Amino acid sequence: MCIAGLDPGPLAYSRSVAVEESSTEGNRWRRPSHRLLVLRRLQAAAATVAVFVAAVVLAVYAGAAPGLVCAGLAVVFGLAAERFVRRRFSAWGYAEREDDLLVQRGVLFSRLSVVPYGRMQFIDVTAGPLERSFRIATVRMHTAAAASDARIPGLDREEAARLRDRLAELGEAQAAGL
Amino acid sequence: MSDADGWRRVHPLSPIVRGGRATIAIAVLLLPTMLRGGDISGSYVQLAIAGVLTALGFASWLVTRWRIDSDDLQIETGLLRRQSLRFPLSQVQAVDIVRPGLARIFRVAELRLRMGGASGSTARLAYLPEREVEPLRVRLLALARGAKHDEEALAAEASAEEHVLTTVPTGRLVASILISDVGLIAEAVIAGLIVTALLAPTAAAGVVSGGAVWILTVLTLVWRRFNQEYRLTLAEGPDGLRLRSGLVALTAETIRPGRVQAVRMVEPLIWRLLGWCRLEVDLAGRQRSKGEGEAQRRSLRAVLPVGSRVLAGELLDRIVPDRPREQTRPPRRVLWKSPLRYRMIAWGRTETCVATTSGRLRRVTCWVPLQKVQSLRRVQGPVQRRLRLASVHVDTAGRGVHAMLRDRDAAEADRALVQLTELARAARRGSAAAPAA
Repeated sequence: MCIAGLDPGPLAYSRSVAVEESSTEGNRWRRPSHRLLVLRRLQAAAATVAVFVAAVVLAVYAGAAPGLVCAGLAVVFGLAAERFVRRRFSAWGYAEREDDLLVQRGVLFSRLSVVPYGRMQFIDVTAGPLERSFRIATVRMHTAAAASDARIPGLDREEAARLRDRLAELGEAQAAGL
Repeated sequence: MSDADGWRRVHPLSPIVRGGRATIAIAVLLLPTMLRGGDISGSYVQLAIAGVLTALGFASWLVTRWRIDSDDLQIETGLLRRQSLRFPLSQVQAVDIVRPGLARIFRVAELRLRMGGASGSTARLAYLPEREVEPLRVRLLALARGAKHDEEALAAEASAEEHVLTTVPTGRLVASILISDVGLIAEAVIAGLIVTALLAPTAAAGVVSGGAVWILTVLTLVWRRFNQEYRLTLAEGPDGLRLRSGLVALTAETIRPGRVQAVRMVEPLIWRLLGWCRLEVDLAGRQRSKGEGEAQRRSLRAVLPVGSRVLAGELLDRIVPDRPREQTRPPRRVLWKSPLRYRMIAWGRTETCVATTSGRLRRVTCWVPLQKVQSLRRVQGPVQRRLRLASVHVDTAGRGVHAMLRDRDAAEADRALVQLTELARAARRGSAAAPAA
């Protein structure tokens, strides 16, 4: 599945090995910050704990058997969530090429977007309260097409700012009319 | 109605016309009660709603004003959240005059300026007195060209050198609507009503008053389509494609050839038996302006509401000259994933254009000039991964056309993604070199 100049990137080398940066076929693939993984894990854990507590309450009021079943389900759910979160995190990747940006994402539905710099209309950097406390931000590129959703979550603040400035600069240099 | 600074207001009846279906709905809600006993004071809720809406409508009219300021059209609106909109006339792509059903009754018309540029919005002046619209349109177009021609010269220029490509025969349009999806629904509703009326006349009255809104909606859809596409004439002028259509009112539109983002040919199941198809073009700009219904926002401009495939081919040659003649079929294993679509799926490309075909019962073919491609996406779902398939989406700035190389062999999809990326880049470079684009 490797093609010169446009290899599928992170998918090719690993689903679990965390590499912040790697170079294949001349494309430098970068990954979101590890703090995104920590944040996603915490969110999954919080949901699991909530279900678990509900199961315990159920066990107290409705007898042990249904409560234990629910608690077991909560644990299974938590493990599945952990696995899913990790795989989803390692699926993210982006590469800045000469004329376009590649963004790779998705586990179940894997997507590889090619967004030419000349087509970018504006770039958003957003960080919600949770993201802010983890010092990460989401960069989102907008083209004139509503369908082309190129976003990269969980970037270091400095990296997000660098990417934003770089994309804006390249976009201006290569801007093409509609 | 204009003050010292040139600010003007829209027609006082605008809120009623703008309300459109809501106005009809209120009338439908109140009328049965009024007709029955004349005592409408009992239905407080309906009266309150009607009152509030009337007050809101009046307020919105009061706070809305517009003026032409050298090179801009300015519109100010909003009671609580004041909005001041400024539309640079140099970015106007087309000026449309639109007259919906209610507007015709009140003899008013809406002027729409379709804007290019990043925002891609639409300036709406709704509604203006009928007699003021045409002079204003000529004036706006003159300002948009930046020229100070006198109006006579402009009018002469507008009608000169026009080569009519096609006019849709009314009989064929009627037939096509009767067998279209909307038409079939309308026929089912009418047939149902007739049957009810024959079997139980008393029940029919109840059905009519109860389902009036639905019946009206369906009929409005059919009527709107017929009115929009009645005697639609496509002509080629010096400034691009010209579209004129309408039964009572004329809608006139000019599309510059370089502005077409994508072309779509739709062949519904029943039409295919007759060899008919419908050709639509997609322009840039998301029509986000409020007051526009979802249906209007999504709909594309039909350049050929109904016609033979040969005729469509001739028009296509004008709009996308270098289009692929041949399309390749997907691998046989696609039958497992999309059994209905399998017969339709295909794609092809030339150096400057990509074509995709898909659809379940109706066949939809899209052509996208590579120079208009915004971004490319390769997507692979779980079922596709099992079958070693992948799809490539071709994103354009338009609103409705969704070109997609559906269910290709994964390796072929990867190759297509690389090739299309390269070709789109080359096409973009080429258009950047030619300043006219």
